[in-house]
Amino acid sequence: MAEAGKLRFHVPEPEVRPGGTPDFSNVPIPKAGSVPKPPIDVDPREIRDLAFSIIRVLDRAGEAVGPWAGMLSDEELLEGLRHMMTLRAFDARMQMAQRQGKTSFYMQHLGEEAVSCAFRKALDKGDMNFPTYRQAGLLIADDYPMVTMMNQIYSNEADPLKGRQLPIMYSSKEHGFFSISGNLATQYVQAVGWAMASAISGDTRISAAWIGDGSTAESDFHSALVFASTYKAPVILNIVNNQWAISTFQGIARGGAGTFAARGLGFGIPALRVDGNDYLAVHAVAKWAAERARANLGPTLIEYVTYRAGAHSTSDDPSAYRPKAESEAWPLGDPVVRLKNHLIHRGVWSDERHTQAETEILETVIAAQKEAESHGTLHAGGKPSIRDMFEGLYAETPPHLRRQRQQAGI
Amino acid sequence: MARKTMIEAIRDAMDVAMGLDERVVVFGEDVGFFGGVFRCTQGLQAKYGKSRCFDAPINESGIVGAAIGMAAYGMKPCVEIQFADYMFPAYDQLTQEASRIRYRSNGDFTCPIVVRMPTGGGIFGGQTHSQSPEALFTHVSGLKTVVPSNPSDAKGLLIAAIEDPDPVMFLEPKRLYNGPFDGHHDKPVTPWSKHELGEVADGHYTVPLGKAVIRRPGNAVTVLAYGTMVYVAQAAAEETGIDAEIIDLRTLLPLDLDTIVESVKKTGRCVVVHEATLTSGFGAELMSLVQENCFYHLEAPVMRVAGWDTPYPHAQEWDYFPGPARVGRALIATMEA
Repeated sequence: MAEAGKLRFHVPEPEVRPGGTPDFSNVPIPKAGSVPKPPIDVDPREIRDLAFSIIRVLDRAGEAVGPWAGMLSDEELLEGLRHMMTLRAFDARMQMAQRQGKTSFYMQHLGEEAVSCAFRKALDKGDMNFPTYRQAGLLIADDYPMVTMMNQIYSNEADPLKGRQLPIMYSSKEHGFFSISGNLATQYVQAVGWAMASAISGDTRISAAWIGDGSTAESDFHSALVFASTYKAPVILNIVNNQWAISTFQGIARGGAGTFAARGLGFGIPALRVDGNDYLAVHAVAKWAAERARANLGPTLIEYVTYRAGAHSTSDDPSAYRPKAESEAWPLGDPVVRLKNHLIHRGVWSDERHTQAETEILETVIAAQKEAESHGTLHAGGKPSIRDMFEGLYAETPPHLRRQRQQAGI
Repeated sequence: MARKTMIEAIRDAMDVAMGLDERVVVFGEDVGFFGGVFRCTQGLQAKYGKSRCFDAPINESGIVGAAIGMAAYGMKPCVEIQFADYMFPAYDQLTQEASRIRYRSNGDFTCPIVVRMPTGGGIFGGQTHSQSPEALFTHVSGLKTVVPSNPSDAKGLLIAAIEDPDPVMFLEPKRLYNGPFDGHHDKPVTPWSKHELGEVADGHYTVPLGKAVIRRPGNAVTVLAYGTMVYVAQAAAEETGIDAEIIDLRTLLPLDLDTIVESVKKTGRCVVVHEATLTSGFGAELMSLVQENCFYHLEAPVMRVAGWDTPYPHAQEWDYFPGPARVGRALIATMEA
């Protein structure tokens, strides 16, 4: 009783640390097909439970079931599989290129390929994403040239960003991909501003904001939700919950809230949780949100429940903070394998064709890599000019920068 | 032509810009229906509608962040931060986003925004309604920083800022909103209607960014000032009888170095004056530039007069504010050095 009046400080801890046995038994996984699909004009108050469930389409047998199924054709699904496989192969090659010293840094998507690849197909041409560093599937699925991505990663003479940006911080207005900052959460409210501008202009285009579980703790996440809620902006607010923010488990950002999606409820924003490793579910929920935005029904918050199977970046070693086998124990499986099994179940795919596709995709990626490397890599071959460092900061280079450029002998 | 207050001139500038270009939108805290706490946006919502001029939540990071997104879309937002002291929550968006989007995307995206903010003291605003954070902007690569000193310039500079293709920080010395102020706080306020620079031309005109102007020609010493300090320096020159040449910088970045260097080479002496705190203030940059460019023409050390390195106090406002007496002492010391 002596402790009764004494305050206790609480620091959340993950269930298991290195050396322990991975245990996701506390993660409730609803059955595929069990979550209803409301009409897009539903009153957000009537679907509050969707912020605490997980919308899933693919069941364990590889069948697409329930009200969110049936939106994609065989061709579209085969294309989706190809996009995810391409992203995975691209990642593997670029991860290796970093280890070979051809670039300084890389960030892969392993285990999260479905999120950005499927989402892109729910948007239209002209819509704008404000991505984080782990949504390159938005570019792959929009057929952005892999060579150009690699040129950026290598900061070589053909780098469209002239060597100014950290690898993978792509930018492509044409492909609806806003310049990645490397800063955290700033893009979330910028996406809302873009959507507000589209609405002010009487346009039909919408935007999508991206953030990770960890960065939802940033003030700009709150700013974005306030602005999106107030102005009913035509924006899709995406949270990719891959369980880990570098070494910090998602409980540190989530705090006492049941889920990240639940953050939307206080703003009156419809909030849905979706199986992020289920290509069909991601696409269906994103499409639902896009239709709401286009119908002037305002923003939708989506939490993609997934797992970062790889390291945060090439500068990170997850074995220092989580069990090595944790990713294999992740109950939502591998997005590529799940879509592959579904396509086999549909009778349009086979193990043989999959293996063959893997080989073909790898060849395509290697060909792109060879072409990119002909323009140089970070420390060898063609590189951006020193002049590029001084230019392009302002539309017109001001006198003080011109003087500094001259001092540098350029 | 009409005599206008600086508030009316700033409002006129936004009115002109909004009338000419529907991509110009104006928003901020209390900016819409009410017209802003200093009334700079009064009537704009009624004239241009709620989608062109509207109230924002109290969230400066959100205001600037949303403006950046709008600019990426293709609009030209001109937002108000209610006091310059309130811009700090938006500092991340300004320094790491707005300023670098053109550079980091190699021109794929740009950020033509204007962030207006009342700056400086002299209204008993205490530590959170009096600061002058201009050096926190000039230190950032990719921003432009403007500080007008009168209604005529304010209108032309603000239209130029709105039409500029890059982000511009537009700091409005709030003590100058209703009239020139020379630091003699115990004297009656002179309204802009009695000052020639209160004469504001109608319609569209610009004052180019990056061009200083000589407010008072002189031969003995060059005074580099901007905003409220232009009038304080003028009073100090009159009261000491020193033939000072007073340069109103108007734009801090890009800086009109040519006008500065030409004047200091002529006078051989220089005093730098600002209201912001001394240490690492913009005056330090000005002194460095003068030293680098005019060293062999200098007859005396360059001197600074600035706010003391304390938070802006409430009751001691006039002990803090670098008024004409302090500037005058610096002028005399420079002449005697």
